[in-house]
Amino acid sequence: MSLPPASAAATPPASRRAGRRRRILVRITATGRHTTLLALAVLFLAPLLWTAWASVRGPRAAGGAEGVGLDNYRRLAEYGAGLPQYTANSLVVSLLTVAGTLTAATLGGYAAARFRFPGRDLLFLVTLGILMVPYPTLLVPLYVLLGRLGLENSHLGLALVLTMFQLPFALFMMRNAFDGVPRDLDEAALIDGCGPVRTLVRVLIPVVVPAMVTVGLFAFLASWNEFIAPLMLLSDDSLLTLPTALAAMRSSSHGAIDFGALQAGVIVSAVPCTALFLLLQRHYVRGFTSGALKG
Amino acid sequence: MPPTASPALFPAPPETARSRPSPRPGAGRRAREARTGIVLSLPLAAVVAVLFVVPVGLAGWMSLHDWPLLGAPAFSGGRNYALAVQDRLFVEAVVFTLKYTAVTTVVLLTLSLGLALLVQRPGRGVGLARTAFFQPAVVGLAVASLLWYVIFSDEAGPLGPLLAALGIGDGTVDWFGTPGAALWSTVLMITWRFAGFYMLVLLTGLQAIPDDVYEAARVDGAGWWRTLRHVTLPLLRPTLALALTLCVTGSLLAFEQFVLLTSGGPDNSTVTVVMTVYRQAFTLLDVGVAAAMSVLVALVLVVGNVVQLSILRERGDRR
Repeated sequence: MSLPPASAAATPPASRRAGRRRRILVRITATGRHTTLLALAVLFLAPLLWTAWASVRGPRAAGGAEGVGLDNYRRLAEYGAGLPQYTANSLVVSLLTVAGTLTAATLGGYAAARFRFPGRDLLFLVTLGILMVPYPTLLVPLYVLLGRLGLENSHLGLALVLTMFQLPFALFMMRNAFDGVPRDLDEAALIDGCGPVRTLVRVLIPVVVPAMVTVGLFAFLASWNEFIAPLMLLSDDSLLTLPTALAAMRSSSHGAIDFGALQAGVIVSAVPCTALFLLLQRHYVRGFTSGALKG
Repeated sequence: MPPTASPALFPAPPETARSRPSPRPGAGRRAREARTGIVLSLPLAAVVAVLFVVPVGLAGWMSLHDWPLLGAPAFSGGRNYALAVQDRLFVEAVVFTLKYTAVTTVVLLTLSLGLALLVQRPGRGVGLARTAFFQPAVVGLAVASLLWYVIFSDEAGPLGPLLAALGIGDGTVDWFGTPGAALWSTVLMITWRFAGFYMLVLLTGLQAIPDDVYEAARVDGAGWWRTLRHVTLPLLRPTLALALTLCVTGSLLAFEQFVLLTSGGPDNSTVTVVMTVYRQAFTLLDVGVAAAMSVLVALVLVVGNVVQLSILRERGDRR
């Protein structure tokens, strides 16, 4: 009784069978997907996890014996001007960059989203144009220019340059964030007699905080990790940031590179970024999504 | 941005806005609005003007002048450009950088799209997988290069013994022994470092595609591949364009990965354009030629980006 056109009585068993087959298929593909995800996750995490493990293991780490120890970190701490100095340098540059980026991009994004003024679109376009110009094209003249401004070989000069490099992304994010806030909200505040700055601080900033967290996080990660700008703009060894100090460690010692201390250095520079990311991940990805959506 | 854009960047001073006679009512309010906008964007405009527009102009000016170690710069016309184009290392670096960009972009974006499709829908373990894939992207490129420098090293790296345990090789692999090996080893490191980043970029585009579009495709009987080919990819076009632009630009400007991983070797076969610019400026102290090189790079990038974006936009319109 298979061939007659599907009657009401004939369909249930057939569809039940199809349903079961589909459920099994779904379960198989789900298992396959989970296995793939797990394998890929292990592959992506392995290099850093191995480095963390290798940095505390072996004779170079454990005072000549096999086992576990912190000798690699001790040698790293004493390298050059000292790990605390390099870490402090990185921190100062990063915090200055975050502050500069947030100030310029929040005010600029607010202006671009809410006020019509001559040069607005041009300023926005020119700022995005920073992305179009390769950084060496800027860094060679910036090196000369910072010298004229008395900011050569200084953390402030470096942070200003890094702020500039952050502005295209930051302005784009902040303008979109302000664009996403209903105009009624700040028009009501303006009508109530709040000035634009008070409206910004009282009404708008609380709404765009996720975007600001994203912008700040991106600025921090970028400046903490920046390599070529400090390489070109800082000349004193005692002013170097972590990545540049580690790179010097890799290239200065001819033939005898201290791999253990280098691994320790990799971990020391990677841990703050990883911790910040894990801590602020939800903010970060949500802000990222809402900002990039309108691109 | 061309250097000629510099004078126009500065927004018109508030006086202009205020003093302009107003033909329509409401002009006073508009002038106030303009003034507020200008004041608010001053910090942004100052940073962009002093640290971006001026250096761009300066780069152009430097490229047209001779910069001796001692003495004043002298106008030299196109001589720096001629020297740049005749520099064998620079020309070879251009060829290598283009090759590296092509390889990296194809490998990286294909894999990133695969990852994005894999973690597109929420589910058990998907959040953790996304975090795991993205995690390398928060490690700095220089630090990531150093990390892989140790991993690839014979002395401390785990890869040789690992492969030997699987029955491949004798425990030592020269990851940078030939130009090809050096290129692919670097592409491997870059893929690890950036795949999660581009996955996230593409994911934002994927999640902007409404569910009913997929539902309609399913009702029409479209399979996985046809849905991807005819629904997902066309709707993802703007995001793909963004990812492509970011990836091509980033790869053309490669520096850290080759300085720290291959040191440009073997035999200068993996020297990138930015490495030659850096060498010209900071090792040979020839800023004029370095500026000429970097202006050439900037022109190629701007033209390339414009062409790329217009092609993508045109095709998007035709659909």
